[in-house]
Amino acid sequence: MSKLYTGAEIVFKCLEDHGVDFIFGYPGGAVLPIYDELKHHTSIKHILARHEQGAGHAAEGYARSSGKPGVVLVTSGPGATNVVTALTDAYMDSVPLVCISGQVPTHLIGTDAFQECDTTGITRPCTKHNWLVKDVKDLAKTIHKAFEVATTGRPGPVLVDIPKDIQFKKVSYSKPKKQKKLNGKTHNLYSQKEIEELIKLISKSKKPIIYSGGGVINSGIEASKFLRELVEATGFPITSTLQGLGAYPGDDSHFLGMLGMHGTYEANNAMYGCDLMINVGARFDDRITGKIDEFSPNSKKVHIDIDPSSINKNVKVDLAIVGDVASVLRNTIKTLKKHKPNFSKSNKSNISSWWEQIQKWRSVNSLGYINSHESIKPQYAVQRLYELTKNKDTFITTEVGQHQMWAAQHYKFDKPNRWMTSGGLGTMGYGLPAAVGVQIANPNKLVIDIAGEASVLMTMQEMSTAVQYSLPIKIFILNNEYMGMVRQWQELLHDKNYSESYTAALPDFVKLAEAYGCVGLRAKTPEELDDKIIEMINTDRPVIFDCLVDKVENCFPMIPSGKPHNQMLLGPKDQENNKITGKGKTLV
Amino acid sequence: MSKARSAYSISSKKEKFDTHIIVVWVDNEAGVLARIAGLFSGRGYNIESLAVAEVDKKLNISRITIVTTGTPQVINQIRLQLKKLIPVHNVADFKREDKKVIFKEMALLKVVGKNGKKEKALKACKKFDPVILDRTNNSYVIQITALRREIDKMIVDLKKFGLVSVSRTGAVAMTRGAEIFK
Repeated sequence: MSKLYTGAEIVFKCLEDHGVDFIFGYPGGAVLPIYDELKHHTSIKHILARHEQGAGHAAEGYARSSGKPGVVLVTSGPGATNVVTALTDAYMDSVPLVCISGQVPTHLIGTDAFQECDTTGITRPCTKHNWLVKDVKDLAKTIHKAFEVATTGRPGPVLVDIPKDIQFKKVSYSKPKKQKKLNGKTHNLYSQKEIEELIKLISKSKKPIIYSGGGVINSGIEASKFLRELVEATGFPITSTLQGLGAYPGDDSHFLGMLGMHGTYEANNAMYGCDLMINVGARFDDRITGKIDEFSPNSKKVHIDIDPSSINKNVKVDLAIVGDVASVLRNTIKTLKKHKPNFSKSNKSNISSWWEQIQKWRSVNSLGYINSHESIKPQYAVQRLYELTKNKDTFITTEVGQHQMWAAQHYKFDKPNRWMTSGGLGTMGYGLPAAVGVQIANPNKLVIDIAGEASVLMTMQEMSTAVQYSLPIKIFILNNEYMGMVRQWQELLHDKNYSESYTAALPDFVKLAEAYGCVGLRAKTPEELDDKIIEMINTDRPVIFDCLVDKVENCFPMIPSGKPHNQMLLGPKDQENNKITGKGKTLV
Repeated sequence: MSKARSAYSISSKKEKFDTHIIVVWVDNEAGVLARIAGLFSGRGYNIESLAVAEVDKKLNISRITIVTTGTPQVINQIRLQLKKLIPVHNVADFKREDKKVIFKEMALLKVVGKNGKKEKALKACKKFDPVILDRTNNSYVIQITALRREIDKMIVDLKKFGLVSVSRTGAVAMTRGAEIFK
């Protein structure tokens, strides 16, 4: 008879077999047997967060920067409910997470026991799938399946809920089976005919644009390589969603910058005016499309996505290619090169007037701002941070709000997996714990959380985690004392009634840093900014950088709610002339 | 103020709503119905009726029949979103008008009254193969099988013949002829 293991041992055997190096978690009554087992498994290191949400975001940061699934371990009840935000965040942004939660013993389920909650019920809508393991015989199989579901197709979070008695019960262990088709669900559902169709559209188009998204990043490094090859082979302009930044080099001349609500003038106008739009791994999110019935009215739309339910969800497309981005792009490039060698040269004249038009839009310089000698403009701060860190392999995380958009606009990424931000759910407090996870996955790299002072206070406790594990993360706070994006919308939509968006009592971030046992720095003027940033970079410990910026700067350009791509606000002056009225006010 | 909308409201053009019958084959496991129902409520889809039971004990498969309404785009989303659920094996989708598919719903009707009234009630049900499941001096429990709208109409018509209680299933569906779903 084969050797018997306890449920807790099985958990670790599974994690080992799936190549897990780190777990992010927080102990509690219902997971004690698993925590007890930790000491016997030296290849797996546990990172103790200070809150389960922090553990979840750290696992997300780890997953996004490493391409491996993040693993979270939490207890029942509050442990599980605290991790819900992180699971939902991962679900919206397609991040592979495996969350293992403890549950009260099976005989107590349903009795409103201490720290009991219906974990699988609560997490059902925010996971790809979840399981309550009621029989220890199912445990190994379930965890193997959990890893498979989290990492295949469109990635996402899963949860395995394990009652405490199951963790003690003994059973033999079965190794994961070789990858099998998931309920017959294969992921590449496209045919060569569709690729040929795409080539036809590519060769006919006079005003093309490639619009790439997070799917390129999720598809792996190969996909980014092919995306670059595709742009090279076609000479087409390319724009990217927030999540897709880094898949294509941000400083390349074919790159039009980010598109969408705070995207560049050239990217949005090109989206509006194009005759062919090739969506590569993006999902026509509402931050991208603006007013949907005036979205890119005259274009043929091609959508490459691994998730069939993304097709025609928000925008009807002319050609859908369902498959893994890397595989689709590889085939497209191969077919293009076969049918039309030297296409980018032969096609140059075909799209030259389109490029001229784009240059005109570019000359508007929509990311421009009026700099100041007295106060630090937040855009300037991000630009300086970029200039001073661009020669290092830097990883950037963000919180959510104005600073996030400024980071996306002014920090130029040239590699995938270097940019971690909460796009779908928009979770304030994401960046700091995410930076913890990123630093764990990339020990000797520079990891910076570009933060807002309001967001970062939501998960500030994780500084303690960073200090405990000597993770030299840098928290670069653009401190304007306001929830800046809230204030901006109140200015635009609510007659400058700044209801509750000013934080009247903020901590002294430098002293706070010292209290946590890390380093606090502050920059008040543009002159001292560079020196302070350099000091931050050269500090081999966690740093909280309090960058005092202009308090009332707004984030431009902007597509106001309810407006199409070609009606952007470029700056404060436009804002006066284009009051948002009527329906636009009710949109978010 | 106009009604609050979600972000960047979808096209204001009114599209036609169709009624569809969606058949879903799922693993018969704990929580599977909650997943399906949760998907519908979470994404704002309608459920007009839902019928579910295990159809294959050996393979542990249940068959769920859902009647829903929506624009073609919504119906397509329902189909694709259902397919993404892990315990879902297959999804079939038919328009209610589809001639190749039979839809039936069953209802139990309790009528209370004197003989004359009860008989009239029974007679009114004649078209729908009425079966008397229980009879007493002053009551009948009648079982009928019919289409949803036919049962709707019967319920209205039988009021005057002493209908006091109705219990009905959701619609179930099957293809005509030798063909099967899948």
